[in-house]
Parts: sequence; C-alpha cells; structure tokens
Amino acid sequence: MNPFRRSPFVIAATILVYVFLYAPIVGLVLYSFNASRANVTFEGFIPAFSDRVVMDGSMVKSSPCGPFHWYCELSKNRDVAEAAGNTLTIAFTATIISTIIGTMAALALQRYNFKMKPFSQLSLYIPIVIPEIVMGIGILTLFSQVFGWMNDTFNLVGSARLSMGIMTVTASHIAFMVPFVALVVQARLTGFDKSYEEAAMDLGANEWITFRRVTLPMILPGVLSGALLAFTLSLDDFVITFFTNGPGSTTLPIYVYGLLRRIITPQVNALSTVWIMVVFLAVLAIQILQNREQKKPS
Amino acid sequence: MTSEFAVELRDVVKRFITPEGNDMAAVDHVTMQIKNGEFFSMLGSSGCGKTTSLRMVAGFEWPTEGEVYIEGKAMGHTPPFQRKVNTVFQSYALFQHMTVFQNLAFGLEMEGAKEDEIKKRVGRALEMVQLTGMDRRKPKQLSGGQQQRVALARALVKTPDVLLLDEPLGALDLKLRKEMQLELKALQQQLGITFIYVTHDQEEALTMSDRIAVMSKGKIQQLGTPVEIYERPTNKFVADFIGESNFLEGKIKSISKKEASVFVPSLNAEVVGMPISEGLVKGEEVIVSIRPEKIRIAEKDAVNQNMFRATVTNTVYIGVDTKVFVDAHGAKLKVWEQNRISRLDPKSFYTVGQEVWLMLLPENTIVLKKD
Repeated sequence: MNPFRRSPFVIAATILVYVFLYAPIVGLVLYSFNASRANVTFEGFIPAFSDRVVMDGSMVKSSPCGPFHWYCELSKNRDVAEAAGNTLTIAFTATIISTIIGTMAALALQRYNFKMKPFSQLSLYIPIVIPEIVMGIGILTLFSQVFGWMNDTFNLVGSARLSMGIMTVTASHIAFMVPFVALVVQARLTGFDKSYEEAAMDLGANEWITFRRVTLPMILPGVLSGALLAFTLSLDDFVITFFTNGPGSTTLPIYVYGLLRRIITPQVNALSTVWIMVVFLAVLAIQILQNREQKKPS
Repeated sequence: MTSEFAVELRDVVKRFITPEGNDMAAVDHVTMQIKNGEFFSMLGSSGCGKTTSLRMVAGFEWPTEGEVYIEGKAMGHTPPFQRKVNTVFQSYALFQHMTVFQNLAFGLEMEGAKEDEIKKRVGRALEMVQLTGMDRRKPKQLSGGQQQRVALARALVKTPDVLLLDEPLGALDLKLRKEMQLELKALQQQLGITFIYVTHDQEEALTMSDRIAVMSKGKIQQLGTPVEIYERPTNKFVADFIGESNFLEGKIKSISKKEASVFVPSLNAEVVGMPISEGLVKGEEVIVSIRPEKIRIAEKDAVNQNMFRATVTNTVYIGVDTKVFVDAHGAKLKVWEQNRISRLDPKSFYTVGQEVWLMLLPENTIVLKKD
C-alpha cells in the first residue's frame, strides 16, 4: 500500500479539487430544473405536468413537460437553433481548414531547414500567447479596414458589400486554431522516422502517394487530436467571435452572453446542460474509440 | 543496353552544413565501380561516409559534385521512385499500419501490377525468406529477425537491378546475425542481383563480400577482395582497422623490386625479405605491420633470420586462442597462438617473464608507408 494514498492532505486536496471543478457544473444543471423563472435561488422542481403552463408570479406551477419545462422552452427557441447551427458550421469548417494548414506547417517545420525557420516557429507561438482580446481587436481592425477600402474602391452596394458575418468568424477561428493544430501535430512528429517515407519512395511511390498512404496514416492520431482541440476551441470561443461576428452569425457563446445581459432564466441553464452533455458524450466516444484502437492487436 | 557496372560513383563529393554552420564533406571524392552480380560492401566506422554513399545511390541524397551512374545511366537528380534500386533499411522501416502482405504489395502496386500477379509475387517472395503464412500479421507481431526478412522481401519482390542494404543485420543478436549473413550471401548468389552492403562490422563484410571498400573520413582507404584487404592492407589505417596488427617503426635498409629489408630500432635488428608495396624507396621511414596470429613463438634457441628474443609480459586465454603479450627490446608485440592442444595443463601456458624467440616470417609481414 502506498502510504501517500492514505495521507489526509492528499484526500483533502482531492476533495477540494473535485468540489471546485464540479460543484459549479452540478449547480448549473440543478438550476435548469428550477421552478423559479427569476432563477436567483433554487425554489424546487416544477411539481406537475399539465396541458398548459401555469404560472404563479415568477413561479412555474406546472407545465406540459413537468420538471423539464425549460428544456421544452429551449427546444421552441428558434434563436438557439440558429446559434447552434452557426456554431457547428463555423467549428466544422474552421477545423477542417486549420487542420490541413496546421498539419502542413508542422510537417514543413519538422522536415526542412530554411532561413526563416526560427521565425516561423516563433510566429506559431505568438497567437497562442498574446491575449485573445488583442487578437480579436486586431482581426476586427483588419477586416473593417480592408472591407471599408474594398467597398469604397469597388463601389460595392447592397448585398455585395463586404461585412462581418459567418465568413469573418470562420476566418478568424482558422487564424487562431492553426498554431494549436501545428503544435499538437509537431509534438507527435518528433521521433517520426523519415525512413518510412524514404522506404515508400524507394518502393516507387511519388511524394503525394507517399504522403497519402504512409505519412498520413502514421501521423493520423496526432492530426486527429489536433483537430479535436481546434474543434473544441472553436465551439466555445467567445472573445474573438465577439469582435468578428455580424448579423446572422451569432454563435452559442455570443447568444448565451446576450441572454445573460437581459435576464437569466433557467433556459440558459438548460442550454448549458445540453451543451455539457454533448461535449461529454463526444469525449466519451473518443475515449472508447481510443481504447478499442489500443486493444486491437496492431 | 546493360553496362559492365551495375553502379558507378565517379568522383562523388557530398557536403553538408553541420548544425554549427561548418561545411563538411561526408563523402570526399569517392570513385568506385560495382560490377553486375557482385556482393559489394562499404565498411567503416560511423561517420566514414558509407551510408551517405549508399543514400546517394538510392536517390535520398544528391551528390554535391560528381555523378552516380546506375546501369551506365547518369542519375543526376532522379528521384528514388524512378531508380531501379531498392533499399533494406537499418530500421527496416516497415509500414506499421499495414500487414506483411500489404507491405510487400505496396511496391508492386506502385508498378501497376495486377492483383493476381501481386499475390503470386508476394507469395514467392515470402517463400524465399521463409515467412509463408505470415502475410496477415502486422510488423509489430513479428520478431526482430522476421521483421528483417520482411524488409528484405519487400525490397526483393520488386526484382531490383541492385539491392542496397544499410546495416540490415545491426539490430539482430549475434547468432541470428551470423545465420543471416550466410543466408544473405546464398540468396544473393541464387538471385544474381548486385548487392551493395553497408556495415561497420568487419567480420560481416569479410564473410559475405566479393569486394570491400574500406572507408574513413569520407574517403576510400582501400578497395579489394576480403583476402586482399586482410592480407595486403595498403596503409596503416586499413591494417589497424581490419583485424589487429603489430606496428614496428623502421627504416628501409635495402630494397629490390620485390623485397625490402627494414631496420627496426626497437628490435635493434633488421627484418629481411619482406614483400613491398609500390612507391617505397631506400632510406624511407616505414612501418612494418605483422598480424598477431602470424608471429610464431619458438622456444628453442635457433639461429635464423628474422628471429628476435622477447620476454613474455602477460598471457590471456580466450578459448580459441591464447593471447601472448611480449616485450622485445622495448617493442611491445601481441601474438595470438591458436589453442590446437588442450590447455588443461597449466604448464602448457607461457609464464610471465619467460624468455622466448619470436619468428617473423617475411611473407607474413607488410611494409607500409608512414603517414
């Protein structure tokens, strides 16, 4: 028996960490069942099912969905559906593009020596270390200047005028995701023996076939974890999206923030709970897939 | 049209920029001609340029100067996938995400071979390396020796003109390595393919090769058959690197077309009647090189040429041989005596301090230029 495991300090620290990490989440989920519309304190679950919503002041007495009242309300909310759609569209597009660019960057940095290599490597870290708000303002400035100039120069009118929207959000997400992908892939590439690629070429494969049939399958785990990281970063990005979105490109974090500024109904909690569940299931699925991959006699 | 030479390197130089920014010639004006069907080895310690030379034949590196010819054709910047040579890598470089069959089929697919032809040729190649039935395994499920055979089969299934082998047995244990040496040699003779073999293991090179290029510091030190390399090293580096040698400094006393007599101060005597290499002149400072197993110890006081008195300083029994270390007037020499008789009787060993006579047979000695 490891004496360390019995130490009261370790036990206390463990409990504290779990409380700190998960108590807010448990609270958040609990409040999504709150009978109180004001949602300041937890006033108990919604007690009954009924044909229509019965309110008593700010208290919900009964609802067709019973305790799941706020989830039903959420499902009727068109803005949420639109925001979720935007979020996923942006996340998928930005993940695919940033994974391709980031992987190529990682391969180039690992494989070749060139004059600007130290600079290139450093420039990968900069978007990661500078505050997101600085990057957000920077991207906003860039877009508004370029768009303004182009609109004026080419006399763009009506729907042809360039403005902030899904495209600008996606582009800015790609910009901050590429370094993350590149660094994750780069970490996986260290120790990648170039003789695999040489062997493929030796056997008659040109560069492209070598990449498709040998390099990519071998570095795929790294590429996938880079893509996954990029995807989650895009899903919950607030700051940069805040600066680069426009009409019709509201994402879930922006939408939730908008709700919070008006009134915090338990609907926000219901939305957050669904979100957490989706992420949790995704992580679980990845874990199961990875375990199966490891168990397979490879 | 087939050329007389399978592979030819003409005055090839390969320069690299070291991480410190220095310009370094890994291969320094190397010229060699490798004949069709030959088992050719490049032998040297790490950094001697042997692997770089091989990689230039494979097409992974391009010469800074000079030219590589394969079957008489200048290769220039021809990429590896357009050269009719195949490589067995030191690390095997088997594709881990593919089965043995897929590994072997890869190169045939690249040639555009039909499915049934691929099956047939892969089957034959696996049979050749005695791995029939292993085709559905992944490389990680195979032992080191089996992986090595897969790497060999993967290269041979392409029926290359020249097979390049970069220390292919380096990762195997000694016994397996010795088995594989003989198997490789037999395979090469059976297939009639030119093998270019890179190794740092001299015994391996001597066992298998038709000819060996001994390399050091990017240059060829000597190129010849195993017998020539061992029996007639042309410089001190080769005499020292291949096997073991005793070196005695001396000065040529008299010289004829075939023989020389050298005065060796440390023996305070003249060694006479030794065969000579080219370019030696009378009065030149030279090195006399003698293999330890070629010195005879004679206990009897006999009057003869090239016999020198010496004192035994140490003996080491190593099973096959007994190593006898002697001191002849200050010249420290090593003598290997084969244990032809059982040494169970302690009296069969020389004792430390014992006076003996050393006999240097002139035909077993070599006179080398001092470098």
